[in-house]
Amino acid sequence: MAEMDTSSGGGHKKGPGVKKGKKLSTRVDLTPMVDLGFLLITFFIFTTTMSQPTAFKLFLPKDADKPEDQNKAKESGALTILLGKDNHVFYYEGILDNSNASSKFKSANFGNGEDGIRNVILQKKLTTPDKDFVVVIKPNEECTYKNVVDILDEMSINMVKKYALVDISEVENQLVKVTEAASASK
Amino acid sequence: MSRPKLPRKSTSIDMTAMCDVAFLLLSFFILTTKFKPSEAITVTTPSSVASKVAPDKDVVLITIDKNGKAFVSMDDETIKQNIATVLNTTKHLNLDVNAFKKAEFYGTSFSQLGSFLALPKEQLKGDLLPGIPVDSTKGPNEMIEWMQLVKTAYEGKKMNLLLKGDNASKYPAFKAVVDAFKKNDLLKFQMVTNPESVPIGSELWKDNQAKGGKGASSE
Repeated sequence: MAEMDTSSGGGHKKGPGVKKGKKLSTRVDLTPMVDLGFLLITFFIFTTTMSQPTAFKLFLPKDADKPEDQNKAKESGALTILLGKDNHVFYYEGILDNSNASSKFKSANFGNGEDGIRNVILQKKLTTPDKDFVVVIKPNEECTYKNVVDILDEMSINMVKKYALVDISEVENQLVKVTEAASASK
Repeated sequence: MSRPKLPRKSTSIDMTAMCDVAFLLLSFFILTTKFKPSEAITVTTPSSVASKVAPDKDVVLITIDKNGKAFVSMDDETIKQNIATVLNTTKHLNLDVNAFKKAEFYGTSFSQLGSFLALPKEQLKGDLLPGIPVDSTKGPNEMIEWMQLVKTAYEGKKMNLLLKGDNASKYPAFKAVVDAFKKNDLLKFQMVTNPESVPIGSELWKDNQAKGGKGASSE
């Protein structure tokens, strides 16, 4: 197979005085070459980029110029999620005002446990009629891009049909910061 | 019991066939490997359950790095050329159209764009560049103008607007870019993410199961 024909193939005969060289075997041990080959294969397999980046679609609503043009969400079906620094998530249902701030304003996390935001969204979704359910996402200036994408991802995981990305109000931002400071000092 | 003597066989195997296969596979992998081009701006993208592969044609990509600096890149050279000419006529920047065409990304204010294009390749690193000013508290949000340029350049053509943000970048940078999109009525865009599997038991997972899908979202 891997041998080459080294015999002089019936050519002219050497003279009587010429000594014949010892015939060496042409069979080469290919094992090291195979080793090297497979080593390189493993290298290239591992360096091949398999996962292509995916794209997450987001459709923005057109900015309403007049406040009366804006969509009003039903209070009973609204869930507002606030994003703070260090992956803090807060939420409240309905409308927040001074009188009920302490009882309504709750904190959650990005996990999927009992107090994870996924569970909160799911509970709210199950207890409200489909057409009223809307999630309002309000990131404050200290949260990261990752948090925003995560929460938008959460929307598609829980199949929330209506959600909005809204600027945080000053009052809410204060509340987020106060709560964060309180939980940090604990 | 006497056994008939078996002729002793050599234990050395002919490696040639194996060698052939190994090198065939090797050449296959060498040829198919696409090395990641060393990116000037290092960005670690967040992950999402979206399963649609990011488009790679007619792309306008806005990158936000971890410090909140924004960069614009486009892949269509004729579009870039158009933008350069528009910039030269409207803003009198005297840009080198060819250099603008060849540049992989733009990451500075309009006034500095001329000197930016003259920079050698080694200095085109995300950390060293100022980025496109987007913070409206410190000055005009130039991303609005960029988007306007891009929008007019892509008039009547299909454009894939992509946003690629770093995990650690803060929300204001993202908001400034999104505001720039909104101002120009570019209301559809896509965010580049890493794929992630749908959590088992979630609503989307159940939906996919019901549809008989393979766990991929239709997003």
